[in-house]
Amino acid sequence: METEKVIRVQELTKKFGDFTAVDSISFEVTKGEIFGFLGANGAGKTTAIRMLCGLSLPTSGIASVAGFDVYKQNESIKKNIGYMSQKFSLYEDLTVVENISFYAGIYGLNDNQIREKTGLLLAQLQLEGERKSLVRSLPLGWKQKLAFSIAIVHDPAIVFLDEPTGGVDPITRREFWSMIYAASARGITVFVTTHYMDEAEYCNRVSIMVDGRIEALDSPQNLMSNFEGRSMDDVFLRLARKAQRTS
Amino acid sequence: MKQFRIFVKKEWLHIWRDKRTLFILIWMPVIQILLYGFALTNEVKNSNMVVFDQAKDEASRSIAEKISSSRYFSLYKNINSWKEIEATFRQGKIRLAVVFPRNFRYDLLHGNHAQIQLIADSSDPNTANMLSNYAAVIINDYQEAINENQKLPYTIKVQVRMRYNPELKGAYNFVPGVMALVLMLVCTMMTAIAIVKEKEIGTMEVILVSPLKPFRIIIAKTIPYLVVSMLNIISILLISVYALDVPIAGSLWLLMAESILFTITSLSVGILISNTAKTQQTAMFTAMMSLFLPTLLFSGFLFPVENMPLPLQLIANVVPSRWYFIIVKDVMIKGLGFAAVWKETLILIGMTTTLLGISIYKFKIRL
Repeated sequence: METEKVIRVQELTKKFGDFTAVDSISFEVTKGEIFGFLGANGAGKTTAIRMLCGLSLPTSGIASVAGFDVYKQNESIKKNIGYMSQKFSLYEDLTVVENISFYAGIYGLNDNQIREKTGLLLAQLQLEGERKSLVRSLPLGWKQKLAFSIAIVHDPAIVFLDEPTGGVDPITRREFWSMIYAASARGITVFVTTHYMDEAEYCNRVSIMVDGRIEALDSPQNLMSNFEGRSMDDVFLRLARKAQRTS
Repeated sequence: MKQFRIFVKKEWLHIWRDKRTLFILIWMPVIQILLYGFALTNEVKNSNMVVFDQAKDEASRSIAEKISSSRYFSLYKNINSWKEIEATFRQGKIRLAVVFPRNFRYDLLHGNHAQIQLIADSSDPNTANMLSNYAAVIINDYQEAINENQKLPYTIKVQVRMRYNPELKGAYNFVPGVMALVLMLVCTMMTAIAIVKEKEIGTMEVILVSPLKPFRIIIAKTIPYLVVSMLNIISILLISVYALDVPIAGSLWLLMAESILFTITSLSVGILISNTAKTQQTAMFTAMMSLFLPTLLFSGFLFPVENMPLPLQLIANVVPSRWYFIIVKDVMIKGLGFAAVWKETLILIGMTTTLLGISIYKFKIRL
């Protein structure tokens, strides 16, 4: 079932009054894929993600996530996705364990599952010694990794990461990406937005949004050869310069 | 339901971890009620006064003594000239001067119309009024006493009974007021801040992506504050009964039920504020301006609403605490039953459903 499509989007559009934030985008994402969603600030990435997560209703177009329709079945979508926002999203005044069991709990895991997951997660992150520490006291890199682990604590079909590595040092970013690979190997589809072009090269496929439209969509290698760039940076700049909107 | 429980537990942890806020939440009502009870009383006690006795006879002395020994007054000193009265008033030492003319007793017994002059500092008009009334009553008592053996041809005896509060204690008025204030503060401000905080730190977005229904999130966030306010009501009632001697004349259960209703009103205002406010400061400020001040000014707690000009009375009518204040006074102080407060209760229920409806509707739109 390698070709199973977990996200299907056709001519998805979102308008705020006269402003078209997302302009008729279409793409598909395969199960287990790491899908990079690139674009300058204001290109419409966050709006697109919000529609896919069921946080906002599209103006027109078709979209299904994990096999559920975004218009009618957003409750079912919510059960099958994980989400990590731009802003750091753990509770700083709760301990590591309390954060894990809270998020696991609201996704409906039972007490046994929560216990099991907590142990597993702490072991993976080597945070056993910090289980009772307040999240506030952890270094940013650890918090970020913890936030990612918590976003997939309920084994979702898809996890949406909205600029997950903002403000994190290169080493932690590396570790973060190895966690993403591990999740992908478990069959979790990763939908990630980023500003870092080296990270874009880690993705299986990358889409580049300019002014609400998808200007390019392919694997990083193909994009680089098609746009005659030496790196994703070149490709991105070439496309993003065409932007009319200023952010 | 389990998700709901987990959410409430998390909310408790937030409150529990923030010890400073918890401290304020628990102690603020206690401190407020003690402050109003013992320090900021609007009763007049032991006001300084002087006596200028030009008669120095048996009658003047005994009236002066009666006045100065009452609990409302204390004798600052006896003085001997008009000039001195003026001087002590200017120094701000006294609030009242009692002046007896020469031949006071002679006029009283033989001329049939003796005069006493009361001079009050009416830069504070209410107090001046009260003090001169107290003094006049004492003087009247004396007059009745000396007339006791004689039959006056025509007399009217006025009998005044102060119902519900025979000792005219200020506490009977401010206990209901403080209850309204505290509930408003805890519920509205704290819930507004708690919800806006999640928006600010970015967790709200993550929770909204989760399968938890928005409506449930809101309810779960308010429940801990409902519990805290119940504790506050209990502590206020305990202090007022045992420390301030204000009894609960009516049904305790009715009082609690009405308080819960008002708490829910306040919570829904808090939710409404959290829908529009972007930062915790804005939320706090909005709560302050839209509720705390109106509660102080328009609930009837400090200023009687009946005496306000019509436009202000209309404003007062939309302040929820005005109705709660009336309910608490009726039930707690006057000992009335539900039959007396059903109208106010209905108004509160109406306000609550409207507010809750608007805020939940708006919360959904935001998604």
